[in-house]
Amino acid sequence: MMSSSSDELLRNGVEPVIDVQNLRVIRGKRVALENISVQIARGTITGLLGPSGCGKTTLMRSIVGTQIIAEGTVTVLGRPAGSAELRHRVGYVTQDPTIYNDLRIVDNVRYFAALYGTDSNAADQAISAVGLQDHRTALCGNLSGGQRTRASLACALVAHPDLLVLDEPTVGLDPVLRVDLWEQFDQLARSGTTLLVSSHVMDEADHCGDLLLMREGHLLAHTTPTKLREDTGCQSLEEAFLSVIRHSTATAAG
Amino acid sequence: MILVVPSLIITLMYFMFQNAPHRPGTPPPFNNACLIMLGVFPLIVMFLITSITMQRERVSGTLERILTTPLRRLDLLAAYGTAFSIAAAAQATLACVVSFWFLGLDTKGSPILVFTIAIINAVLGVGLGLLCSAFARTEFQAVQFMPVVIAPQLLLCGIIVPRDVLPDWLHWISNVVPASYALEALQQVGAYSEPTAIAVRDIAVVIGFAVIALCLAAATLRRRTP
Repeated sequence: MMSSSSDELLRNGVEPVIDVQNLRVIRGKRVALENISVQIARGTITGLLGPSGCGKTTLMRSIVGTQIIAEGTVTVLGRPAGSAELRHRVGYVTQDPTIYNDLRIVDNVRYFAALYGTDSNAADQAISAVGLQDHRTALCGNLSGGQRTRASLACALVAHPDLLVLDEPTVGLDPVLRVDLWEQFDQLARSGTTLLVSSHVMDEADHCGDLLLMREGHLLAHTTPTKLREDTGCQSLEEAFLSVIRHSTATAAG
Repeated sequence: MILVVPSLIITLMYFMFQNAPHRPGTPPPFNNACLIMLGVFPLIVMFLITSITMQRERVSGTLERILTTPLRRLDLLAAYGTAFSIAAAAQATLACVVSFWFLGLDTKGSPILVFTIAIINAVLGVGLGLLCSAFARTEFQAVQFMPVVIAPQLLLCGIIVPRDVLPDWLHWISNVVPASYALEALQQVGAYSEPTAIAVRDIAVVIGFAVIALCLAAATLRRRTP
């Protein structure tokens, strides 16, 4: 099942969960993000796609509120990104699993449960949700890459966040697990959670209701998989994305 | 290992000094050396442990992640401070028990005071460790901060050369390093039965240094980074 797109929801006057206006971020001496404006509605799954190094993580960090921004505003759930009140409501899963390797899965998740102020019941639920209940007492250092990714995800799910920001959660996972995870994301979206998921694998884009295509710090398009196919006339999203890039470079040159 | 090693080293020192001659009427040299060790160990060990642990938090990304949770920065520092201080307390307890009971360490002042100073030194070590972790990029670098931060303090605090006979400029430096005060306090406790004004002042100074180090460490914990 595909979730609905932000566009139609926002047209109906729904307050956006994420509202980015003219965002500009400078990292080191490079401009990492240039004039990004985007709105994302509640209960959607938005895929953030683009080649590695195009600014996906920087945009995500700006939305979570860990990135110093140069210009523009980032509003999340009606408040400036990174506000104290948002810390209960925004879950962030970094690209590399950020869990403590010398703790067991269950201790990791309980630790984050304690930080978010939820109980150990929530921790057990989160572990089941990512399918790690059989390994709950395993040391995280002994887990496989995919299991560590899921343990890291469980540490974010435990907070029952309204907005879940996931940085390449499916990298290095086998196809079965990827399908499982996307099903879970669908479920979360249906229950009202807003998800922002980055990936550089285009074939995952079909799971998303919305797509943000990025390249070199610029937002090329905010579209849906169907619309992207229609606009470009390509069947595969990979080709469609390439066509958008060619088009945008042609416009810039011309 | 944290628990047992200091006690073992103090025991080793006991045997080192066993046949060392000393003038009758003066305290045996082991007393002085043992007191110094009781003060120095918590500082070194806690500095090392904290700086490496915190450095791992910073590098692995868990620090950034836990700073996106409702956790307050002071809570984090307090949690680190108490967790490591409990470890330090256990270590100091064992070391004090071994020194006072089995090795016959004798101080004029109360052993409780020696213990207290050891704990305060441990907290100072935690504060300095947290602070230094901000400047290390790898665990390897974090370890190297030990000779940079701790060794000069130990050299200048009066263990090897009494502070009064240091050249003026070194004397000045030794005036501003916390270890000088920690050592002086321990020596005061060793020599006088009641806590002296100097000892109390020194303890206060060391606590002050520990608080400053913790506050500076808090300033290095940034929720937003470039």
